[in-house]
Amino acid sequence: MKTIKEINEKIKKGEVVVATAEEIIDLVNKKGLKKATQEVDVVTTGTFGPMCSSGAYFNIGHSKPRIKLGGGSCKLNDVPAYCGFAAVDIYLGATAIPDDDPRNKIFPGEFRYGGGHLIQELVAGKDIRLEATAYGTDCYPRKKLETLVNLKDLNEAVLFNIRNCYQNYNVAVNLSDKIIYTYMGVLKPKLGNANYCSAGQLSPLLKDPYYKTIGIGTKIFLGGGIGYVAWQGTQHNPGVKRKDNGVPQAPAGTLAVIGDLKQMKSEWLLGTSMLGYGVTLTVGIGVPIPILDEEIAKYVAIKDEEIYTQVVDYSAAYPQMVPGSLGEVNYAQLNSGKIIVQGKEVPTGNLSSYSKAREIAQELKSWIKNGDFLLSEPVAPLPVAESGYTFKPLKERPIE
Amino acid sequence: MISKRIVLHFPNRLVDQPIVYKLVKEYDLQFNILKAYVTPQEEGLMVLELTGKDENFNKGIEYLQSCGVKIQPLSQDVIRNEVKCTDCGVCVPICPTAALVVDPITRKVHFYDNKCIACELCVKACPTRAMEVHF
Repeated sequence: MKTIKEINEKIKKGEVVVATAEEIIDLVNKKGLKKATQEVDVVTTGTFGPMCSSGAYFNIGHSKPRIKLGGGSCKLNDVPAYCGFAAVDIYLGATAIPDDDPRNKIFPGEFRYGGGHLIQELVAGKDIRLEATAYGTDCYPRKKLETLVNLKDLNEAVLFNIRNCYQNYNVAVNLSDKIIYTYMGVLKPKLGNANYCSAGQLSPLLKDPYYKTIGIGTKIFLGGGIGYVAWQGTQHNPGVKRKDNGVPQAPAGTLAVIGDLKQMKSEWLLGTSMLGYGVTLTVGIGVPIPILDEEIAKYVAIKDEEIYTQVVDYSAAYPQMVPGSLGEVNYAQLNSGKIIVQGKEVPTGNLSSYSKAREIAQELKSWIKNGDFLLSEPVAPLPVAESGYTFKPLKERPIE
Repeated sequence: MISKRIVLHFPNRLVDQPIVYKLVKEYDLQFNILKAYVTPQEEGLMVLELTGKDENFNKGIEYLQSCGVKIQPLSQDVIRNEVKCTDCGVCVPICPTAALVVDPITRKVHFYDNKCIACELCVKACPTRAMEVHF
């Protein structure tokens, strides 16, 4: 048994032993669970995939004379931002796109630029065009504002993603006879390809399946900087079916994360365009897992062949909310480049970069080893299955 | 024998003239048209896989050049922007010729431009638009 406090003392003294979520698999294999638990203090995880419920809020500072954007409108490089706050606070969502983007009018739309790209450009230090209108008040008389802004001049710039880091995700296929364009990528007809989106054995919540160490307040690698778990993510769904090893067999837990955008890096926050679907942000996240006991060590050593997920038809079942699966596959099978669905061999493609996830786990490992990153104690746990916390569909009711 | 994938640029004065057929008739070359179109500026562009004896191949290329056709190897025209590519691999099952392959050890995506037929299916399917076409 170890405590986070003891591990932090070791980090400060430069004595900490850190392994990535890949390396721990070999270590447990070679040395056994007991020895690996004693030797390793922290295991680092990583993931780098498109995460749509991402965005950032900004305080742009007060102009002279003052303007109140609340109740008005505001665009950054033509991408609309939400300004239903006080005078100069705005929130920019990753999937927002300019009003004059043709969207899917010429199908499939290309979605070349939107909130995700804007966040990447801001972090890269580029000047951004801000255009705003307001209705004017006695205390905030100005009605129009046009200016260049730069990340370094904003008062606050905070990445606040309300759902990231999905614990497992569907494999998407297309059973229809025409090509479809989805958030899981381009899906060729009649099981032409199978797209998945997870770092598997490197992915944070898959290595802590019951949220024993990851909780509200956990300090993480976020977009190349430091962030925190702010809450459970939206659609958090801990009650899905699990294998005996505890790993959910379908999309389950999620995280809401927050961090100072000013210290993040544009290589870990990428504007992303899904053909025929829209714009999003590819986010790099790494979560350290303290190896407090053998049970936690057992979970972090779970490997790709022990992590299963469901194959879902995105031509009919997914859009029509028809539950069910075409079968179950594991990540070793997915990573092999082909899986069998309905007796047919289907080539696979990952939307989430495993090699970048590996880089994140390595980077976080070096931060901890160098004493630059101390672990935090969670201040409250994420809801677990027993809490009854679930993800419900919308129940539509007629308006009189 | 030699077999190469090449990109032919036809100036607009040549667009209405039969040229490629002479590669077969005079130089005994085989060709497979991978792509062909006429741009709004009336220039012709054709991507060919050209196969034949070395001597005939070189003579055929000389003939095309003497007509005023500009020739580039295909590998210079479809390029992966290494900065933009995240090595995710979602392009891999899209590629019809297995020119994009995930390395099982490094888990990075390799682009074998000698296998590319410039179909451009990967270009818009890439989430970070890392595949670029420079015809």
